[in-house]
Amino acid sequence: MSINMKNVALFAVIFGLIAAVGIWQSWSVAFAILNLGLISALMSLGVNMQWGYAGLFNVGTMGFVALGGLATVLVAMPPVKEAWAAGGGRMMGALAVGALTILAARLVWQRMAPGRRRGLALAAVLILGFIAYRWLYVPAANAIESIDPASTGYLGGLDLEVLIAWPVGGLLAAGAAWIVAKTALGLRSDYLAIATLGIAEIIVAVMKNEEWLDRGVKNVIGIPRPFMVPYEVEIQQQPWFLDMASGLGTDPVSLSSIWVKLLYAALFTVVLLVILWMAEMALKSPWGRMMRAIRDNEVAAEAMGKDVTARHLQIFVLGSAVIGIAGAMLTTLDGQLTPGTYNPLRFTFLIWVMVIVGGSGNNWGAILGGFLIWFLWVEVEALGPMLMEFFTFWLPDGNPVREHLMKSAAHMRLLTMGVILLLVLRFSPRGLIPEK
Amino acid sequence: MDILNAFVLLANFVIVPALAYGSQLALGALGVTLIYGILRFSNFAHGDTMAFGTMVTILVTWWFWSMGISAGPLPTALLALPFGIAATALLVLATDRAVYRFYRRVKAKPVIFVIASLGVMFILNGIVRFVIGPDDRNFADGERFLVTAREFRQMTGLREGLAIKTTQALTVVIAILVVIALFWFLNRTRTGKSMRAYSDNEDLALLSGIDPERVVVITWVIAAGLATIAGVLYGLDKSFKPFTYFQLLLPIFASAIVGGLGNPLGAIAGGYLVAFSEVAVTYAYKKFFAYLLPERLEPEGLMQLLSTDYKFAVSFAILILVLLFRPTGLFRGKAV
Repeated sequence: MSINMKNVALFAVIFGLIAAVGIWQSWSVAFAILNLGLISALMSLGVNMQWGYAGLFNVGTMGFVALGGLATVLVAMPPVKEAWAAGGGRMMGALAVGALTILAARLVWQRMAPGRRRGLALAAVLILGFIAYRWLYVPAANAIESIDPASTGYLGGLDLEVLIAWPVGGLLAAGAAWIVAKTALGLRSDYLAIATLGIAEIIVAVMKNEEWLDRGVKNVIGIPRPFMVPYEVEIQQQPWFLDMASGLGTDPVSLSSIWVKLLYAALFTVVLLVILWMAEMALKSPWGRMMRAIRDNEVAAEAMGKDVTARHLQIFVLGSAVIGIAGAMLTTLDGQLTPGTYNPLRFTFLIWVMVIVGGSGNNWGAILGGFLIWFLWVEVEALGPMLMEFFTFWLPDGNPVREHLMKSAAHMRLLTMGVILLLVLRFSPRGLIPEK
Repeated sequence: MDILNAFVLLANFVIVPALAYGSQLALGALGVTLIYGILRFSNFAHGDTMAFGTMVTILVTWWFWSMGISAGPLPTALLALPFGIAATALLVLATDRAVYRFYRRVKAKPVIFVIASLGVMFILNGIVRFVIGPDDRNFADGERFLVTAREFRQMTGLREGLAIKTTQALTVVIAILVVIALFWFLNRTRTGKSMRAYSDNEDLALLSGIDPERVVVITWVIAAGLATIAGVLYGLDKSFKPFTYFQLLLPIFASAIVGGLGNPLGAIAGGYLVAFSEVAVTYAYKKFFAYLLPERLEPEGLMQLLSTDYKFAVSFAILILVLLFRPTGLFRGKAV
């Protein structure tokens, strides 16, 4: 790929903006923006694979992000032995029965001749399976959730290194994506959109309510960090670190928080670059050309003997896996899983703004959009009240209109994002870095 | 007697709420399906259009309260409703001018319209939260109940009561009136017929001299009216919270797709189907069976199929089943 000076300049502007935050606001905030910018860039890369390569409209990003988060809990948290003893086996049995029921129903549907007998058999399988599932599930869930509910009350995880959770998060998301794609791909584009919107809501609903799995809205806190990222209190006691702090002339406490963020940033950058490299390679390969051919003219590609639905399935699953990895990284960075905070505006539609603004079909564009929109999202929130202060300075303190405006200023950013999306879509539909 | 009690119990907790909820969904789905039929895209901003209309209605209701105007036993919001509809109609016409008209002119792909509607959704979301805030608002006043549970028990001598809220009765009555008016308009008036012609075959309609921009304007106005009415009724029945309206998008789309996108009759049937399934699946049947079954067979658990938090899963499951087995919907919608 030839280096395009305009694109380099665009990236330079973004990092310049983040550096400006570091200089005038605080370096801690700047690195926080950088870290979430890296994660956002990865999410928007995933959406761009689906939308930009293949024209698939996925508005269920939130669900795949949440599944990635779930993976960190399932992989990295220590198992709760009492809970496993109380109801772990029974719960696994319940899940197995549920899966078997669905498989059996599918078999009945495929193998029996259409007719009333098939309908009856299907109903019988589903009803019996459901009763068996509930009979196993309810006592198991109650038993697990009653084990020390204030601090555990769930099965816990596998107590493995949290980095393993990143690919696992990708796999979980890929699995969910496969199920959605199997049902909704090959139908109209709107149907895929609604189906993904629905699956995302369901995934989050499950994570909020199945306390035996992830403590639901009680949140899982204290997820371990990756092995190379130490805790702030630990590094503050290291002699080399204290030397560095005194050398730089800052206090070790604030430096330690920046140090940790820097380590995370390095880790995320590696992941982003690896996935970006793979995505670029795939896009340039014959496979990538085929994907774009399908996107641009499905009928012609099908006439050339390309299996359009199978390719769509493939790219949809791959893109969702990337989003799942980003979700796992996000939860790792937060150190806690809070299912109540998954909000479609933030985790689905904002990602879409990133892709459209950055340039759909271009991986670099998606990444630029991820950084830029995340930066605006954070800074508009801070800027909103300031602007409001400026516009309402002629109103006396305590004026109800002024107070209301000040309080509502935080909602400005939804409006800003909408305006940005519409403006880019209208006047520069190919985005900041257009597809070649 | 026990059978009657069981039936009243079911009516109180399943049938009446589901009828009201179904009417609200049906009105919402009608708006979505009309937009789809005429403008040929899925409008993701519909939930927030509902929220906007409801917000204006609430503001006007507050203004009426401050002037001491009320509708007696009926909610004051009904008086404010025309103002809400007018404001929403102006808003959607403005968005059409500013956003969608351009894409119509360049004949953009439907999915571009959908993305544009995401942008509109963000803006409306921001405006609503900016003006009225993200919190719950209750704006129902007037008589709360048409029939209270106690009155019903005294009247019939049954052990179970049947309570009908004024807002529930109002919802059903208004929904029926609106649907009759809409169908009369679509089937009997010249403008309505030209709209259906445009929806069925755009080129043929253009050839026979139908003005597309006029059809589009009328569609937006009707959709705004339907959205506002649906939103206000939902808000009166439950309460107004911007985020809830955004989430209504899923059951509304499920209703419209289940009935067959672009088919008004299907939208109504879909609305009730989704609402009844949602309420019926999440209701705990323990007491119901306690009336019907002999004592030793009484169920131990709550007899609840799914917890209420999974109501979205219900609309989703219905959606998937329809997509798998009858992709054009129960009433043969469009397949574009």
